[in-house]
Amino acid sequence: MHENNPAPLVELRSVTKKYSGVTALEAVDFSVRPGEAVCLAGENGSGKSTLIKIISGVEPASGGSIFFNGNEYPKITPRLAASMGVMVIFQDFSLFPNLSVAENIAFGSLLSSELKVFDRSKTVLIAQKALDQIGVDIDLETRVENLSVAQKQLVAVCRALASKARLIIMDEPTTALTQKEVRRLQDIIQMLKLNGVAVIFVSHKLSEVLEVSEKVFVLRNGKKVAEGPASDFDTTKLTYHMTGKDVSLSDPGSLSKDAATLMEVSSLTKHGAFADINFNLRAGEVLGITGLLGSGRTSVAKAIFGLVEPDSGSIRVDGEKLELGDPQKSAAAGIGYVPEDRLTEGLFLTQSIMRNVAIGRLDSHTSGYILNIVSLLDEAQSWLKKLSVKAPNVDAPVQSLSGGNQQRVALARWLARSPRILILNGPSVGVDVGSKAEIHEIIRTLSASGIGILVISDDLPELLSTCHRILVMRDGSIIDSFDRNNVNEGDLAQRLAS
Amino acid sequence: MNFISKDLLKRNETLVAVVIALFCIIATIADPRFFSITTVSDLLRASIVIGILAVGAMVVLVSGGIDVSFTAIAVFAMYSSSVLFLSINPDASWPMIFCVSIAFGAFLGAINGVLIALIGLPTLIVTLGTLSVFRGFLLTFIGSQRISDLPPSMRDFSRGVIARGTTEAGNFYSIPWSVLALLFVIVLTWVILQKTMLGRSIYAIGGSVESARRIGINVKWTQFFVYVYVGALAGLAGIIYGSVGRMADPFSLVGLELSVIAAVVLGGARLIGGYGTITGTLLGVALIVIVQNSLIVIGIPTTWQSVTIGLLILIGTGLPAYRAKKVAKNAG
Repeated sequence: MHENNPAPLVELRSVTKKYSGVTALEAVDFSVRPGEAVCLAGENGSGKSTLIKIISGVEPASGGSIFFNGNEYPKITPRLAASMGVMVIFQDFSLFPNLSVAENIAFGSLLSSELKVFDRSKTVLIAQKALDQIGVDIDLETRVENLSVAQKQLVAVCRALASKARLIIMDEPTTALTQKEVRRLQDIIQMLKLNGVAVIFVSHKLSEVLEVSEKVFVLRNGKKVAEGPASDFDTTKLTYHMTGKDVSLSDPGSLSKDAATLMEVSSLTKHGAFADINFNLRAGEVLGITGLLGSGRTSVAKAIFGLVEPDSGSIRVDGEKLELGDPQKSAAAGIGYVPEDRLTEGLFLTQSIMRNVAIGRLDSHTSGYILNIVSLLDEAQSWLKKLSVKAPNVDAPVQSLSGGNQQRVALARWLARSPRILILNGPSVGVDVGSKAEIHEIIRTLSASGIGILVISDDLPELLSTCHRILVMRDGSIIDSFDRNNVNEGDLAQRLAS
Repeated sequence: MNFISKDLLKRNETLVAVVIALFCIIATIADPRFFSITTVSDLLRASIVIGILAVGAMVVLVSGGIDVSFTAIAVFAMYSSSVLFLSINPDASWPMIFCVSIAFGAFLGAINGVLIALIGLPTLIVTLGTLSVFRGFLLTFIGSQRISDLPPSMRDFSRGVIARGTTEAGNFYSIPWSVLALLFVIVLTWVILQKTMLGRSIYAIGGSVESARRIGINVKWTQFFVYVYVGALAGLAGIIYGSVGRMADPFSLVGLELSVIAAVVLGGARLIGGYGTITGTLLGVALIVIVQNSLIVIGIPTTWQSVTIGLLILIGTGLPAYRAKKVAKNAG
C-alpha cells in the first residue's frame, strides 16, 4: 500500500444493478487505488462482468454512487470512463488482425487526439513508447494476425498504455496462455504497478490470482462475499467463497491392476510436430498429456482422432490397427474428441443445445434415408439431464450457455455415441471453479465405467485430480511419464518449464 | 507502404503481376506487334471506367462490405445528368455535367449508406435490392431510349488527348483526358486510405467492427462515407463511359459489376474485409482488361474469355486460400 494513501482511482459505493427485475449486483462497495492490483473473483453469473461494465460505462448502475479520483459522477459513459483512464482488455483483445502492431497500439490515442490526418511515423513513435514502458519487443510492422495469443495480449496492454490508461481491467487474461507466458504477464503487471497503473484482474485460475494481486474481491450471486489482502487467501479459501461450498482437490481413485489395454500408440511421428510417441491406454484409465503450448500435445491428440495425419507409426484400438488421418474412421473405432476451442471447432454456436447433442447420432437414428427425429431428441435430452446441463431451454442456442455448460454439451454429444476412448483437450478452459470440479467428477465417473480417457491440459491441479498417469511432452517428444501417486504439482511444473 | 517485404512472394499482387508478364511475353512471341504503344494505349483506354469502379469496389470490400449496385448507380447518374442537361442547358461545360453526375452518384450511394450504416441491414442484400431499384427507376421514370446527341461539351471531353501519335509501323495511338480522371481517383483514394484517420478507420472496421466500436471509431459515419464515396466514383465512371462512348445508353454497364469485383478480388482484397490495396486492384483490373481484349492475340477464341476469367479467379484466390488451409492443418 502507498504511504500517503492516495484517493481511490475508482470507488463504487453501494452500487446496485438490476436487469429487468433480476438483480445482478446488490449494494456492492468496491475501490481501486493507483498502482494497486485487485483481483475480482467469482463464478460465471456472479456479477463480475456487470461490475466491469459499470466501471467502464458500458452499463449504467441502477443505484449507488460512483467516484473517479474522489469526485462523484452521476452518469458514466464509455467516453467519460476512457477519459479517466479506464481501459478494458476484453478476452478477445479487440484488436484489428489486418493492421500492424504499431497501428493497433496507437489507434485509440490517435483517435482521441482528434486529428484527421494519419501520421505513420507518429504512430510508430507512440507504439514504441508503449512497448518500452513494459519492456517488450515486438516487430511494429507485423500484422497482428501473425502474432501468438500472448503477443496479442501484450499489444492490447500496450494499446491501453498508449491511451494513457490509469486502470487496466483484464478479463480472463490467462485463459489462453501457457504457464510461462502467464509468468511473463505477471511481470508485466508488476511493471504496470510500478508505473502507477492500477489493474483489475478477472480470473478463474486461482493460484495466479493470488500471486499477482494485493487485494482480492469475491462476488457471489451479485453480492460481495469476501474482500481483503491477497495474503489472507489461499486457493481453498477462495474456492470456498466463490462457490459457497467446499470443493476440495480430489484424486482420480485407483485403477484396477488387470484392466485391459484399449489403445496402443506406437512410434507415432509427424515431421515438425511430434516424434516417436509411444503409450498405452487401458480401460478405465485417465491418462494426462501435458506440455507447454507448442510442445505437440494438441497435435498428438488430433493425430489420434485423425484430424492430423501422422507420417509414420501406428495406433491400435483393441488390437486392431486404426486407419490414420481419418476422423470418421477414428469415430467408428470408438474414439471421441472434445477440442480445446469448442467455440470454433466443437460446437455449432448458433444452433440449439438439443441439435448440438443430437448431431453426433444422426446415423444411428436413421432408417433408410428417413431420420427418426423423436428418438434422436429423446436421447439427446437424456444425456443433457445426465450431465446436468443448466439450460433454461434446450432449444436455446448453445452460445447462450456459460463456458462450463457449453463444455458439457460438447461432452454430451460424444457420450451419446458411447465412445470407448475419449480425448478431452483442455476440458476446463474458460470454465469456472464450481463447474470445473463437476467436469472432473464427470471424468471420474466416465473412467469408472471403463472408458479410457486422454486429458490434454497444462492445468496441473486438473491433471493431478483426474489422471492416473501423466505424460510430459516437450518439443514433440514425451520426456517423462509420471504415476499420479509419485508426483506433485511442484515436480510437474519444474519438468514442464525446464 | 514498404514494397519489398517478406511476404512479397505470397501476395496476390505478385501472382497477378507474374501472370500479366507471362501473358505479355507469350502474346509478344505470338505476335510481335502486341508489344507496342498502341496496345498499351488501347488497354489503358479500356481500363479507365472499370478501373474507377474497381477502386470504389475495393474501398467497400476493405470496409468489410460488398456493393453490387455501383453499376446501376453509374448508369443512373450518367443517363439522368445527360437528360437533365439536354433539357435545361445543352451548352453546359463538361466539368459542370461531370459534377452533377458525381452528385447523383453520391446521392444514390447515400441511400445505400443510410440503409447499411444507419439502419444496419446486410450490405449484399441492400445493394442487390438497390441495384434493381435504381435500374428500374431509371428505365421507368427517366427514360429507356439511347441518346446519341449528347451535350457537345461531353463530346469535346472525349476528343481531348494528353498525347497522340502514329508509330513507325503506322499504327495510331492516343492517351485521352479520361486517363487523368483515373489517375485522380487513384491518388485521392490512396490519400484517403493511407493518410487519413478516416481511411485507417475503414481498414479497422473491415478488420473487426466490434473492436472498432469499442475503441471509439464512429462506425456508422465511416460506413456511410464509404457508400457515398463509392456512389460518387460510380457517378464519375458512368459519365466518362457515356462521354467516351458518345452515347447515353440506359442498358449499358449493368452486368459489369461481377467482373469489377473479380478484378478487385484477384488483386488481393478479401471478401471478409480489412484487406485490399490500390496496387493490387489496378493489377487485377489490368489482368481482366487484358483477358477481355487480347486473348485473341495468343490464339484463344473470344468465347473463352469468361472461362479464362473464371479460372483466374479460382486459381488466383483459391491458391492462397488453399495454402493457408494447408499451413493451418500442418500446424496441427
